[in-house]
Amino acid sequence: MEHSPPPFFRRGPAPVVRLAFFVSLSLALAVLDARFRYADGLRGALALFVYPLQLAATVPVELAARVAEHFADQARLREENAALRARLLEASRAASQAESERAELAELRRLAGAAERLAVEATLAEILHHGRDPFARKVVIGRGARHGLKPGSPVVNEAGAVGQVTRVYAFASEVTLLTDKDQAIPVQVVRNGLRAVAFGGGASGMLELRFMAANAEIQAGDRLVTSGLDGVYPPGLPVATVVRVERDASYTFARILCEPAAPVDAGRYVLVLGGGARLAPGLEEIAGEEPERRATKKKSRRREPDAAR
Amino acid sequence: MRLGELPAEQRILLPARAGTIAASLAGALALAFLPWKPVAPVPDFVALVLAFWCVREPRRVGLGIAWALGVVVDVGNGVLLGQHALAYSLLAFGASALSRRILWFPLLGQALHVALLLLIAQAVAVAVRLAAGAEFTGWTIVAAPLLGAALWPVLSVLLLAPQRRAPETEPPQ
Repeated sequence: MEHSPPPFFRRGPAPVVRLAFFVSLSLALAVLDARFRYADGLRGALALFVYPLQLAATVPVELAARVAEHFADQARLREENAALRARLLEASRAASQAESERAELAELRRLAGAAERLAVEATLAEILHHGRDPFARKVVIGRGARHGLKPGSPVVNEAGAVGQVTRVYAFASEVTLLTDKDQAIPVQVVRNGLRAVAFGGGASGMLELRFMAANAEIQAGDRLVTSGLDGVYPPGLPVATVVRVERDASYTFARILCEPAAPVDAGRYVLVLGGGARLAPGLEEIAGEEPERRATKKKSRRREPDAAR
Repeated sequence: MRLGELPAEQRILLPARAGTIAASLAGALALAFLPWKPVAPVPDFVALVLAFWCVREPRRVGLGIAWALGVVVDVGNGVLLGQHALAYSLLAFGASALSRRILWFPLLGQALHVALLLLIAQAVAVAVRLAAGAEFTGWTIVAAPLLGAALWPVLSVLLLAPQRRAPETEPPQ
């Protein structure tokens, strides 16, 4: 006869069985997420639930910062005020100059029959927190799909390019920084117009120009700006400064290390540029693809293991 | 001998309330989502509090809660889904299985056991991440679980405080 314990003692399946169940569930989830990106729906739904917790966590930090600000001494504030006023003067002078130059440039472009570049719309976003993931360089910002953000949008701050939006939730988004191992950005050397692609250096917090010939015309101190060839970043944003060039005759490529122009650890606000960025004039016909399709293709390529190295 | 004179670990505690457990876990989640600087080794508060309740209340906090918490942490930190879920499931299993043994020790001995459990959980999370194609970030990641274990005595005193009853005074005869 079947013997079963009375309901009072019943404790469900054995612990080892339960462990096996949850372990296989986790592994299945990890594989789905890493290889096929099927889990994005679940991630989005859970992110809605996590968002209030994240907001609640930032409140005390913000409060502390505000209190500290309140008690900042008068002298420092006045000094800061004066410095800011000087910078405003400088900036307004530069702005008026840029205005006239832009008008002149538009005139020239119209004459040349080239496409006028659209003004890029931008969304201001606050950095909520740095991810606690030691393997990736990412930050979470407090603007999401509700504010019109789209995956793939470039993110900048006052010093230059910061990274790219990689995941968009309803009220928050995840920005992958330029220093992330899987992130790449097309750049151009200001001094001589040499084009290259800068890859993130991972834990070192630096950028690296890969696949540059050992005799490439580049030197320490060169400034790098976006070239705009990818159609994601608008051209001319500061990206990095070359700090070291190692040329070894036994390797085909030079090892070029650059320091990013825009450190995100310092600032709390970033600008997310909207869909106004376009390919450089003349490249639209060559690409001939929808921007969305290009974005997804790029993403899938990023996901692959680094076969090139 | 009167009840109030017993050493702390021998006093009989009130049963833990579900509200206390839920509040402490929510607090740990909020701590985990604080805007920490990425360089500092931050102990995993969620793992620590989870291990605490798995040791103290193995029949109420178990694998299911651990797994769900793991998924929430994965989403909140934007990491590979299932990485923390797997680590926390193993942590909860280990803590529940060892709970009788761990409670036999004084706080320092308990902390040593917990250090091992947290290290294993961290190692599992790292292994999942390396398998998914990340590069190893160096041995500083070992510091976080050790720091977490160092917090164990503080956490025990804090979380057991709601369960202590006021020392009873016998009416004078």
